[in-house]
Amino acid sequence: MVRVDGKANGNSLVQVRDLDKKYQRGSEEIHVLQGLNLDVGAGEFVAFMGPSGSGKTTLLNLLGGLDLPTSGSIKVAGDEITHMSANKLTAWRARHVGFIFQMYNLIPVLTAFQNVELPLLLTRLSKAERRQHVETALAVVGLSDRMKHYPRQLSGGQEQRVAIARAIVADATFLLADEPTGDLDRKSAGEIMDLLERLVHEHAKTLLMVTHDPRAAERAHVVLHLDKGVLVEGGAGGGGEA
Amino acid sequence: MRFFRLIWANLLRKKIRTTLTIGSFMVALFLYGLLVAIRAAFGGNSDVAGVDRLNVINKTSLIMPLPFSYRDRLANMPGISGVTFASWFGGVYQDEKNFFPQFAVDADTWLKVYSEFVVPEAEKKAFLADRQGCLVGRKLAKRFGFKVGDRIPLRGTIWPGTWEFNVRGIYDGNRPEVDTTPLLFRNDYLEERRSFSKGMVGWYVVKLANPDDAVKITKAIDDAFANSPYETLTQTEKAFAASFAKQMGNIEFLVLVIGSVVFFTLLLVAGNTMAIAVRERTPELAVLKTVGFTDVGVLGLVMAETLIIAGQGGALGLLLAKFFTLGGDPTGGFLGNFYLGWGSLGLGLALALAVGIVSGILPAVSAMRLKVVDALRRV
Repeated sequence: MVRVDGKANGNSLVQVRDLDKKYQRGSEEIHVLQGLNLDVGAGEFVAFMGPSGSGKTTLLNLLGGLDLPTSGSIKVAGDEITHMSANKLTAWRARHVGFIFQMYNLIPVLTAFQNVELPLLLTRLSKAERRQHVETALAVVGLSDRMKHYPRQLSGGQEQRVAIARAIVADATFLLADEPTGDLDRKSAGEIMDLLERLVHEHAKTLLMVTHDPRAAERAHVVLHLDKGVLVEGGAGGGGEA
Repeated sequence: MRFFRLIWANLLRKKIRTTLTIGSFMVALFLYGLLVAIRAAFGGNSDVAGVDRLNVINKTSLIMPLPFSYRDRLANMPGISGVTFASWFGGVYQDEKNFFPQFAVDADTWLKVYSEFVVPEAEKKAFLADRQGCLVGRKLAKRFGFKVGDRIPLRGTIWPGTWEFNVRGIYDGNRPEVDTTPLLFRNDYLEERRSFSKGMVGWYVVKLANPDDAVKITKAIDDAFANSPYETLTQTEKAFAASFAKQMGNIEFLVLVIGSVVFFTLLLVAGNTMAIAVRERTPELAVLKTVGFTDVGVLGLVMAETLIIAGQGGALGLLLAKFFTLGGDPTGGFLGNFYLGWGSLGLGLALALAVGIVSGILPAVSAMRLKVVDALRRV
């Protein structure tokens, strides 16, 4: 279930109400998001599209607790995150959110294994347990044989798969992907989208993705367009129904 | 420990830069070690100074003598358990460059007051039985190959003529920092042969029954000899050593200035390096925060890197300095007690870590304050 009218019942995994975000650039005030409402149920795959500067990434950052709204509320799995302290928000993020970036953002001096292990270093898992989790995550993304490789030894598609493994290794409540195929060729982009689809369908992950690529967007259950700070339903992608 | 791999990987990211930064700490702390050893050689080593001893010198100047008659008056003062005296001889062994200190001492009392000098009983007896006998320190004996039974001729510079001494013993220190470079000979031999200053001694050393009485006894001694032709200045052994060193110039100040400049430069070098390291890793630090590292956690990671660099470089430099000083006086006699104690090594390591903290704190705080959203935009 995905709705943008703010009239869904209270069972949504992600519930956004009257979200406003303004930036001050010099003397100019930029109203990026205006009274935005959004409800996303568990297991949904939502794509956000829109022109550059429409606020897609800002929305993703707000949903992931990386930024704070000017007003409005964001509830994820019952947690109201807009009033959390910085430390609480960090802990919440570690527990609930898996981020996937356009530029992969792997740590170049760490191996694929070590990059994926990063979020687990903050948990109480033992070394053996961490190893087991990392191996599982790398197996899911099909990189069991690249564990000891450094990012520079991997292709772009493989790097993004490591980044996806890092996002899922701590079993996040939902995944946020910002242009996950933006830096990849068509073939690799297709493979990454296959993988993301698999995470949604086979592993019941909830995925919210920003993209400019219509081919990527059509894999989503729902495509939402962001225009002038307001979300508009753009219909179902090829991956399911709205 | 679970973050060590991450910290270590970051340190190895730019191997040359890390090595050079560690190297700058190493050089600075090596220099610190040498400066401390030089300061110790000039008498600034407070570890060696006896807390239960006072030195009594002529109030006018250290080079002005005091009458021999003061010995008994000092010995009879309450709170004083022993008195001895010494005079600077200033002889030359073969050549001017073979400098080492020689003191004419009161043979009967010197070793009782200076219990840190260890002499085998038989050698002590031989020294006391021979008017021309002398004791040489272990370092001095090693330097010139002196052995018990050797005869050492010295050319007098204060009291002219050739003075010959029989080596009757070789003394050691009961601690490594005790100076074993002087030659000690009997004052009665000097008294017998010298043509002037008869009945005078260079300075007195008094041993206190209770070190807590030092202030009281210092005053009592100087009061006792006030308004006499030979007024006294009584001071602790540490102050005496410092005033002795000041004869050569203000070594303490020189060491302090050089040390401060070195550490300040190190601060700038290390601070700049860490600032660059943090700046070029901004997106990665943002990713760490994104996956759940707290602001304080990121600060801790950056500080840990700085402290590892400072600790490694500092420890290496100090060890190098320690090994260097173990080789003894590098000047061939000018820096007799060239010694770097473990206390000074510990202080050096603490200084290195303090420089590490100060140089790393600004970059670490900027990493801590990094806003994830802003940093990710820079990717």
